[in-house]
Amino acid sequence: MPAVSETVERVRSIDVDQYKYGFVTDIESDKAPKGLDESTVRFISAKKNEPQWMLEWRLQAFHRWLTLREPQWARVNYGPIDYQDLYYYSAPKSTPGPKSLDEIDPEILKTYAKLGIPLREQEMLAGVERSNVAVDAVFDSVSVVTTFKEELKQAGVIFGSISDAIREHPELVRKYLGSVVPITDNFFATLNSAVFSDGSFVYIPKGVRCPMELSTYFRINEKNTGQFERTLIIADEGSYVSYLEGCTAPMRDENQLHAAVVELIALDDAEIKYSTIQNWYPGDAQGKGGIYNFVTKRGDCRGKNSKISWTQVETGSAITWKYPSCILRGDNSNGEFYSIAISNGHQQVDSGTKMIHLGKNTTSRVISKGIAAGVSNNTYRGLISSHRKATGARNFTNCDSLLIGDKCGAHTVPYIEAKNASTVFEHEATTSKISDEQLFYCLQRGLSGEEAVALIVNGFVKDVLQHLPMEFAVEAQKLIAISLEGSVG
Amino acid sequence: MNAEVRPIRTAAEQALAADYQSAKKRLPGGPAFARLREQALAAFVEGGLPHRRIEEWKYTDLRTLLREAAPLADPPDKATFARAKKFDPLPGVDVRRVTLINGSFVGELSDLVQPEAGLTILPLSRALAEGHALASRIGRLLPPYYDATLALNTAFVADGIVIGLAAGSKLARPIHVRHLFTGAAAAAAYARTLVVVGEGAIATVIESFEGPDGVAYQANTTAEMQLGDKAWLEYVRVQAEGDAAIHLATVLADIGAQAKLHTCSLTVGAAVSRQSVFLRCTGAGSETRLSGATLLRRKQHADTTLYVDHMTQGCSSREMFKSALDDESRGVFQGKIVVRPGAQKTDAKMMSAALLLGDAAEADNKPELEIYADDVVCGHGATAGALDENLLFYLRARGIPRKEAEALLIRAFIGEAMEAVPHEALREALLARAADWLAAREHAA
Repeated sequence: MPAVSETVERVRSIDVDQYKYGFVTDIESDKAPKGLDESTVRFISAKKNEPQWMLEWRLQAFHRWLTLREPQWARVNYGPIDYQDLYYYSAPKSTPGPKSLDEIDPEILKTYAKLGIPLREQEMLAGVERSNVAVDAVFDSVSVVTTFKEELKQAGVIFGSISDAIREHPELVRKYLGSVVPITDNFFATLNSAVFSDGSFVYIPKGVRCPMELSTYFRINEKNTGQFERTLIIADEGSYVSYLEGCTAPMRDENQLHAAVVELIALDDAEIKYSTIQNWYPGDAQGKGGIYNFVTKRGDCRGKNSKISWTQVETGSAITWKYPSCILRGDNSNGEFYSIAISNGHQQVDSGTKMIHLGKNTTSRVISKGIAAGVSNNTYRGLISSHRKATGARNFTNCDSLLIGDKCGAHTVPYIEAKNASTVFEHEATTSKISDEQLFYCLQRGLSGEEAVALIVNGFVKDVLQHLPMEFAVEAQKLIAISLEGSVG
Repeated sequence: MNAEVRPIRTAAEQALAADYQSAKKRLPGGPAFARLREQALAAFVEGGLPHRRIEEWKYTDLRTLLREAAPLADPPDKATFARAKKFDPLPGVDVRRVTLINGSFVGELSDLVQPEAGLTILPLSRALAEGHALASRIGRLLPPYYDATLALNTAFVADGIVIGLAAGSKLARPIHVRHLFTGAAAAAAYARTLVVVGEGAIATVIESFEGPDGVAYQANTTAEMQLGDKAWLEYVRVQAEGDAAIHLATVLADIGAQAKLHTCSLTVGAAVSRQSVFLRCTGAGSETRLSGATLLRRKQHADTTLYVDHMTQGCSSREMFKSALDDESRGVFQGKIVVRPGAQKTDAKMMSAALLLGDAAEADNKPELEIYADDVVCGHGATAGALDENLLFYLRARGIPRKEAEALLIRAFIGEAMEAVPHEALREALLARAADWLAAREHAA
């Protein structure tokens, strides 16, 4: 098929440098000394004016981290990371903490405007796109601003940076922080627990349906810095929240480390919908540079009838290592995972989910779509398990992979463990390329090869796209197009 | 933090290494095979027994399950022959039977007379001692990673069967290699079967494994199969070891261009069993079909691990594995399909389904795909679940008692894995073995 070979050719020649968020904001920043030891942890804690218990928690994590080794099991290859050659804290100088918008460095405002994230509420109200989304903007290590704070306060919703929450709502933070991802969890989560600098905190009180979408936008700007953000979302009984997360970083030749932890807690009858568009810098066409994205995301359906849904569109990062999971502890709880992972150029993706069925009559659903192009490798790795007492556990998993070009790889590594006789688990996976018949059908109807591929790819990922909030779905569709530029219109 | 961890060897590991040193003088084979043995043992001393941190053995922790290395089994005495003669594991199937007891070839119970044209069949010990041409082909196939059970087999194997089929020949009746364990004390038996099927040759080979209940013997067997271009091999194995046994099997095959390999395994025995199957599609356009049924009760543990390596273009493979798990048994299925760069037009489908019958039964499934070529159609499916209550209700509403209704449904479920066996009598014999298992289940209720 000429159309296919043409597509392959063009994918191969894609300049991954087309990454359009790769600019650098020239701004002075306040950094911790390079390297990591106990004093770095103390420095970060002191910068944040944290209470003693928080410092102790961090130090405990740090000492634990010293005993751990970097995990090697994922299907990703990268050179050794020198953990002493990083800045663990970097904040724009002019903003020691989130303040009113007028005090924020105009450079930062410009940056977010350039990224298409309006931070001025009046602009948003004036009907600019994403008019009904409250944004927490995280720039390197600190949260610079949170919008719509007042409106949310009226509904009783707490939304802001986790640093503020530690100071203002210590009882909530102490109760829930580390209760889903303990400081002993894994190498990267433990590192994060020791040095996390900022992130978002959300608390939805009983019976409240959050009046607007909440969103955090992460931006790495500074050189040689690691970003370690921590997100904690608590949905109290009967509440609902939809949360969006986006991320970008400048183009740099060196690899930057991003090790985040996200913890979700859904109590009785609560629902959390968490959507991510991950678009960190993927590195250039030769595989130089790019973000190492090692993320631990886990949701705990703690209450009965609770529900957590993860939706992710992974297009960026040189290396992606993340497994958003659900612990289905409450009876009748429900976990969902919808994922599109696209790898191109030299990107390596090892991603998937874990659904751990503990409560009675718990259900889960996993839809994963992987698209590999260029010389990338794209792995789905997932665990579905039901425990002895989890009667009536039900799971459906579908992982499909699409290969574009013959130099890339697509892999599926599911673990399915049923320990209860009333379990019903179903798993299916397929790997193929775009079929000649499909292409022929489209071409015959006058579409160009590129349009045809675009159409088919969009159809391939549709099951997942429709689970994204409207504002995100449009952006995601655009991103997919950019990621596969050359093969997709 | 990065200091080399010196592995501490378990008692079983140390005993195995020591056993080898004292046994190696008695083991057959010329200097070339002795070198193979030494290499295998060195690999074992280095790698040890696998444990749950070793990904391929995640669900079958051999270090814990094999706490003691049993001494090497004695050659069988004549008194056991008569008993062995009486019992036929596959009644009604017309076969050429060869028998191994405790890992040693037994001429009295083997039919090697008048082999058909093109067939060479002899005990492995003789092939090694005489330096037979086929002996040089033993140990040629290697798995993609260190495998402890295969290494131990290579180091210790004393006997087995060597089968060679000349190009273009066709076996008139199946060869049945019967492995028996006799004895009242725990012992270890190692055996190996080599099957070399020449270009265009056609054969059916059956292996069965049995032994007494209540004896914690350890059976370690390896089957090596080398299929020439356009060859066609039907391979059936029945594992019905005694209920306290540990059965460790390795099946290796190289499949030539346009060759066909069809295998079917029935697993009903042993306290702990593992079959590792390593297939390499080396020639273009081959066809592989693997199927298996596992029926477990009480605390039985059975592990089936596949590694199907599509090395070249246009090969198809189908895997279909079913397990019915009663009581507290545990069934493990790990299947990996690899499509190497350039292995275009690969068509691979793998299905594994587990039926959870006992409240405390456990099914662990890990179907994997590792694909480096784009013009392929690959897929896998995996299910785990209980019997469908609606189907049961339908049958019971028609007056069929619950246990019988269950038996009907289970038979239909596992029958699918055996129905592809083309030899009719053999297929019936397999289904009869499965029916025995179901009957025992009904009785227990």
